[in-house]
Amino acid sequence: MPLQGNLRDFSTTQLLNLINLAGKTGTLVIFEGIKTNEKDAIGNVKQAAGAERARVAFKVGKLIGAQLGAQDGNLVSVLNKAGKLTDDQARIIRERAKNTSDKALALLLINANYVSQRDIVASVQQHTLDVVYNLLTWLESPFRFEDSLLPSADRILVPIDLENVIIEGARRIREIEQLTVHLPNLDMALKFPENPREKFKGIHLSVEEWRVVSFVNPRNTIRQIAKANNMSEIEIRRIVFGLEQAGLVEIVLPPGAAASQRTAPGNAANPQQVRAPNVERSVVERIINRLRSNG
Amino acid sequence: MVVTGPFSSGKTEFISSISEIDVVKTERSISSEAESKVKSETTVAMDFGRITVDDDLVLYLFGTPGQRRFDFMWEILAEGMLGFIVMVDSTKPETFREAKSILETFRAYAPTPFVVAANKQDLKDAWTIDDLRIALRIEDGVKLLPCVANDKESVKNVLLELLYSILEEMEKSS
Repeated sequence: MPLQGNLRDFSTTQLLNLINLAGKTGTLVIFEGIKTNEKDAIGNVKQAAGAERARVAFKVGKLIGAQLGAQDGNLVSVLNKAGKLTDDQARIIRERAKNTSDKALALLLINANYVSQRDIVASVQQHTLDVVYNLLTWLESPFRFEDSLLPSADRILVPIDLENVIIEGARRIREIEQLTVHLPNLDMALKFPENPREKFKGIHLSVEEWRVVSFVNPRNTIRQIAKANNMSEIEIRRIVFGLEQAGLVEIVLPPGAAASQRTAPGNAANPQQVRAPNVERSVVERIINRLRSNG
Repeated sequence: MVVTGPFSSGKTEFISSISEIDVVKTERSISSEAESKVKSETTVAMDFGRITVDDDLVLYLFGTPGQRRFDFMWEILAEGMLGFIVMVDSTKPETFREAKSILETFRAYAPTPFVVAANKQDLKDAWTIDDLRIALRIEDGVKLLPCVANDKESVKNVLLELLYSILEEMEKSS
């Protein structure tokens, strides 16, 4: 029977924990969610599975490979991303080894002294972890676990214990929660502080940070800046947090956009203990006999 | 005995399958658009079923309302219960969190034995018992039983397992 659902109900961290504890073998496929007209049992809009967003493979409860839907996850791209192959090297190898499997290509590259076996293992492992850490931040998406489905035999698979991935994932989720608390409303805007030239003097910013800075203007909301730069909510929150902490930008509250106070849902969290009945053993046995006899 | 669980987990059906009387239902038409897509009526106070054991012994089955807004009824129903059954719809992972929360709430009401019934195990989308145990974080010592609430034999099996747990508990404390 399939393991399927939506990440908003059963998070990636919970799924990894389940796969780890149950020692499962197979592939977790995560899809784009397509909204339907139906609602689920708790009133959320049901999502049908659309295009594939990611797939993550497991063997006996260990992570062995992962790939994002649109990403080219072949060995050349992985080594290029890890800085083990230059862009030119990657382009040439792609042209010359079009039909070569990852495993065969790995042997060729090792024999030609382009990379070591250790480089390959470390790069593939890091690529897998990057994909999984990325999808740990996805808050909703339909998923399905395909039992026993594994990547093709020509892929290089590096087994990774899930415990550390889960711990790191939980840490990142905490970071996201903290960032969300710090910047709950992405419809706020950014502006430069007084004397911005002074503040930016001698500061080294990453490419992504510069991209955000180039859009700083009280008329642009943070959400619009993220969209213009093709950044996720988490990425923009992280960058804005860093820029604000460094005093390079100020968050401007748009008129009438005061954060609403969140109220905790009503619950019966502190129930009073109620009286348990004083029942004799023979009474329970009589009920059992009655059910066994004719139901 | 009390049968509890999230909205639309199969509590009323469970009691109806085994009760010797027509279940006394307190169902009302569902006003919420979201919930009405799942079923047309829901329990607002309790369901009530009965199994006569002999001339002077009757087992009563009480089904709780599944929605949180009726949770004032839970404590009333928990008073004096012999044990309880937590129903979980195995095909609806969106209700697992609520099922776990209800389980913990009832556990806190009284230290009585309980079992978890994984309903709708006959459907192709049902999560397996092993996966449900991990998903709901149910300890190994707690019985998590496959169940089909409209199948009398399946319901009988869940009730018997709860009764065996009650007997074991009595033996431990005697």
